[in-house]
Amino acid sequence: MKKNYYLMSDGMLKRRENTVYFVNKDGKKPIPINKIYSIYAYGSLTFSSQAIHLLAKEGIPVHFFNYYGYYDGSFYPREKLLSGDLIINQAQHYLDHEKRIFIAKKFVEGAAKNMEKVLKYYSLENKIRSILPDLDGCNIITEVMNVEGRIRADYYQKMNEILPENFNFDKRVKRPPENMINALISFGNSMVYSTALSEIYNTQLNPTISYLHEPSERRFSLALDLSEIFKPILVDRLIFYLVNKRMLSEDDFEKDLNYCLLNDKGRKIFIKEYDERLKKTIKHRELNRKVSYKRLIRLESYKLIKHLLGSKEYKPFVMWW
Amino acid sequence: MLSDSEKNLRIIGTQIHYYFICKTKLWLFSHHIQMEQESDLVSLGKLLHEKSYKEEKEYTIDNLISIDFIKKQGCLELHEVKKSRTMKKSHEYQLLYYMYYLKQKKGIENIKGVINYPKIRKKVTINLDESKENELMDIIVDIGNILDMETPKPERMKICRKCAYFEFCWV
Repeated sequence: MKKNYYLMSDGMLKRRENTVYFVNKDGKKPIPINKIYSIYAYGSLTFSSQAIHLLAKEGIPVHFFNYYGYYDGSFYPREKLLSGDLIINQAQHYLDHEKRIFIAKKFVEGAAKNMEKVLKYYSLENKIRSILPDLDGCNIITEVMNVEGRIRADYYQKMNEILPENFNFDKRVKRPPENMINALISFGNSMVYSTALSEIYNTQLNPTISYLHEPSERRFSLALDLSEIFKPILVDRLIFYLVNKRMLSEDDFEKDLNYCLLNDKGRKIFIKEYDERLKKTIKHRELNRKVSYKRLIRLESYKLIKHLLGSKEYKPFVMWW
Repeated sequence: MLSDSEKNLRIIGTQIHYYFICKTKLWLFSHHIQMEQESDLVSLGKLLHEKSYKEEKEYTIDNLISIDFIKKQGCLELHEVKKSRTMKKSHEYQLLYYMYYLKQKKGIENIKGVINYPKIRKKVTINLDESKENELMDIIVDIGNILDMETPKPERMKICRKCAYFEFCWV
């Protein structure tokens, strides 16, 4: 079974024959190449071109995060899975406004319904269900974004009721996050983005053609689209878990006048639990087979491909438990 | 422009193989929606091929047909290595197609086909006759028609569970 490798310390990736080694101050650790699914680099990472050659050959993406834990970019190996027919369909669904907005709404719908599930778990009343029908009347993407914004505003407000008082927050602030919850959301969201990108890499989808987000907005905006659906499931639930179980405390953050970020220890805790979640399996209703949360993102890509090929209309993933 | 019959021969062995197994898989594979890269069964097949006949060389002809190995014993003997006999018919037709291709495009008449099952130590010899040739011509036309249409709806079969496209088809 392939897995994600999270490199937390500074070090170097070297290749010897067909093995990649991570070398840091503690020594040299081999990483068997056929065990790597993706690499997440949080420390400062040096790598030899030989190592990159091998990673490229095996189609392994490396995601880079800076000192503050922000996503910097990815080593996205040369595409191996290309389907001209699919790319044409993917672009066509972007260019045709009706088709584009249909998919964009589905992403918002999926995200909203998953947020609703998260709140329902804590028995919290919310307005999501009543705002969601407003999507029907949206004719342009900014209107869709607007509905999404209203849903999120209600959702974030409700999050405070789940969190202990010292973790409460007023609103979502990015770059830099100014309090602990914003720091956790930002950190988690960038992880989901990278995870989604790795999944897209392993399909024939082109990561730059997106529907909810503008393709020009960020380089791999399709990963942003897919992340929306999984953020409540993978990040928000994890935050409540870590905070309410007191696995994270104020000591795990680094604070300044105008920013707040997870420190090394906090990051380690978060990443460990995040990875546990990715590996966790559920019995899939349609497939009647166990699938991991990570695999759910892949399945979402498959559903999108089927939609683009016209073989089955896309329905976003919504937790059924 | 390619003539119709030439165009018809832009088909690879895998497509003939898939034609007998599943039309959805044939369509997706042919439109480059490929999934085999993650399939353990496919890797196993490749490994078997590499380990079983180490001294033999694989031949790829016109970038279309890939013959596991060839022997010359009075006639040209095309060899195909397979893991098990569960998909007997599709294996046979894949090899028949290679024979047909070499006959049509290269004018080689005296060809024999052998399917090797190293795991069960069995060999099956097949011959191309006129009725098989006619059948192949129909199959080639039919494949062309399938590929021009929309993705065929998958049909649930026993073999679905082992297929690399399982999740794709049924999610």
